[in-house]
Amino acid sequence: MSTVSTVALLLLTGLGLGGLYFLIASGLSLIWGLMRVLNFAHGALFTLAAYIAWQVTLPLQGGNALVAWSTGLVVAVIAGGSCAFLLEVFLIRPLYARPIGQILVTVGVALAAVALVEGAYGSDPKQMTLPAWMAGSIHVLGTDVPTTRIAIAAIALVVLAALLFFLRGTRYGLVIRAGVENRAMVEALGIDVDRAFTLVFVIGGMAAGLAGFLAGTYFGYIDPVRGTSMLIFAFIVVVIGGLGSITGSAIAAAVVAVVQQFLNFYAAPGIGDFSVVILLAAALLLRPRTAEST
Amino acid sequence: MSARTLRYAAILLGILLLVAAPWIPIPLPPIFSEPVRAPGTLNVLALCFVFGALALSYDLIFGFAGLLSFGHALYFAAGVYTTAVALARWHWTLPQALAFTLVLSILLPLVIGAVCLRVRDVAFAMVTLAFAQAGSILVMQNPFGLTGGEEGLALGVNALPAFLIGVANTRNLYWLALGLLACTCVIGWWSVNSAPGRVWQAIRENERRVAVIGLNPYLYKLGAFVLSSFLASAAGTVYLLIEGSASPDVTTANFTLVLLVMVVLGGVGTLWGAVLGGIVYEYLDFRLVVLSNASALQSLPPVLRVPLSEPLFLLGVLFIVLVLFVPGGLAGALRRLNPAILASSGSH
Repeated sequence: MSTVSTVALLLLTGLGLGGLYFLIASGLSLIWGLMRVLNFAHGALFTLAAYIAWQVTLPLQGGNALVAWSTGLVVAVIAGGSCAFLLEVFLIRPLYARPIGQILVTVGVALAAVALVEGAYGSDPKQMTLPAWMAGSIHVLGTDVPTTRIAIAAIALVVLAALLFFLRGTRYGLVIRAGVENRAMVEALGIDVDRAFTLVFVIGGMAAGLAGFLAGTYFGYIDPVRGTSMLIFAFIVVVIGGLGSITGSAIAAAVVAVVQQFLNFYAAPGIGDFSVVILLAAALLLRPRTAEST
Repeated sequence: MSARTLRYAAILLGILLLVAAPWIPIPLPPIFSEPVRAPGTLNVLALCFVFGALALSYDLIFGFAGLLSFGHALYFAAGVYTTAVALARWHWTLPQALAFTLVLSILLPLVIGAVCLRVRDVAFAMVTLAFAQAGSILVMQNPFGLTGGEEGLALGVNALPAFLIGVANTRNLYWLALGLLACTCVIGWWSVNSAPGRVWQAIRENERRVAVIGLNPYLYKLGAFVLSSFLASAAGTVYLLIEGSASPDVTTANFTLVLLVMVVLGGVGTLWGAVLGGIVYEYLDFRLVVLSNASALQSLPPVLRVPLSEPLFLLGVLFIVLVLFVPGGLAGALRRLNPAILASSGSH
């Protein structure tokens, strides 16, 4: 394989992984920006949605793979959103006055949910079946890139566009952006910020659910612990991209994932993951302002 | 006799009982199925003490300096793995390994803390988590065949002096763990009551105000970070000696989250609460594993059996309930039940 085609393969695979990071990071970033909640349960939403989608589409396995896959996608998005709704209304809302309490509750949910999934389905991975066209690869620049990578990157771009439109072009988006800037002022104008909180949480949960399902598509299987490790990389993406910024998260997700892919390939497996943390340290040392949570 | 004298007498009696435990043949039926002096019981108690010390070290930065670190597992794991590598791979003697661990467990948090403390609050939490994850990746990757990767790293029979090996010597490990807990308590108590310790608490309440007074919050926070991480590494070393092997489980993000559960369970910002939380958590974890294998549980329908046989699920739910309804943790609950404790314990 020539250097050009290797680079193309790594780049496109990296963008697919970056798409997953972005889907998780966008929700984290929005939730943090508006509500000042660090949602540790985001990885649990990712895992729960993936397993619910797997369970629901189990009877469809063996039939039309495209139908099964698309149903799974929709189920994962709905499941992610519903779990996020329940989490926000029953556990986060009673603690609006106690920011540390909110973080702690999401930590508890993260531990309990992963343990529950492990108890119910075991810690062995569950295979995902893909439609034929997606299980194949596309010929780009002299190399065969797995279709899933390109599909995931494309879906992430669509979500980015949809989120930006929602934030900039709709009334709710306006409320959310205003809330990020100055919550007290929005409340003073008589707008129900609590409802915006729930909405943002549900949107974040839907994106996390989508990410959980697409991660299954990317890796070919789902397992109970993937959510936690993805969440950590999403945290890194959020900090590098700037807390509360969707576009920043998108750029940082692509950069982090591509750097990770290249170093894992050219240096040694694991070096890429490690270097992402170094990237984070460098970003903090060079411009600590971006990560200030003010 | 004044209340104060009574209290000191009670503490002294408690310490004597703990030291004498390996000679006590009496069983404590609901708590332990075997007599206290049985090696199995002593082993569980020793682990409880280690986690009590670890929880206290975490409470120093989280509860007293107000720094929400999500990377505390890294320093515990550093103690575990540095000692393990020095003993098992390099075949150093125990004192050499301990000296090496001592140096590393001060340098590591000094460097990482200096970077992490450039940011605050939630960004600090995320960055400490990222560094801990880097440590976890490093251990998993098994660089130069040192850490053993996923398999972990077992200490050989010849790696430790004879008095720390074998079932008959469990009591020595028990005393070692008790000594660790005692030292950690003394250092913790002394540090939070020292002048820098007062500054930590001032930073927790209002950092800007501390800066306005003319003190440099960064240096005080770094001090708290290094001291707390050092104590965690010490706990890690003792943990290794008790377990006899290093497992990558202690490097994971989940382990830090479990630590957080311990401290919140006990009561954030009270030293004895954190110790109690660590001990109770470890004990519950041990008992719930036993419970999950009980035959009565196995005969339940899956809807009940699956959640009840996952200790981490039960502990996670317990944690959520505590955060929602019992904000002060066990320490807070005990105080509310018995205001006399508050009255007799003076300013604390």
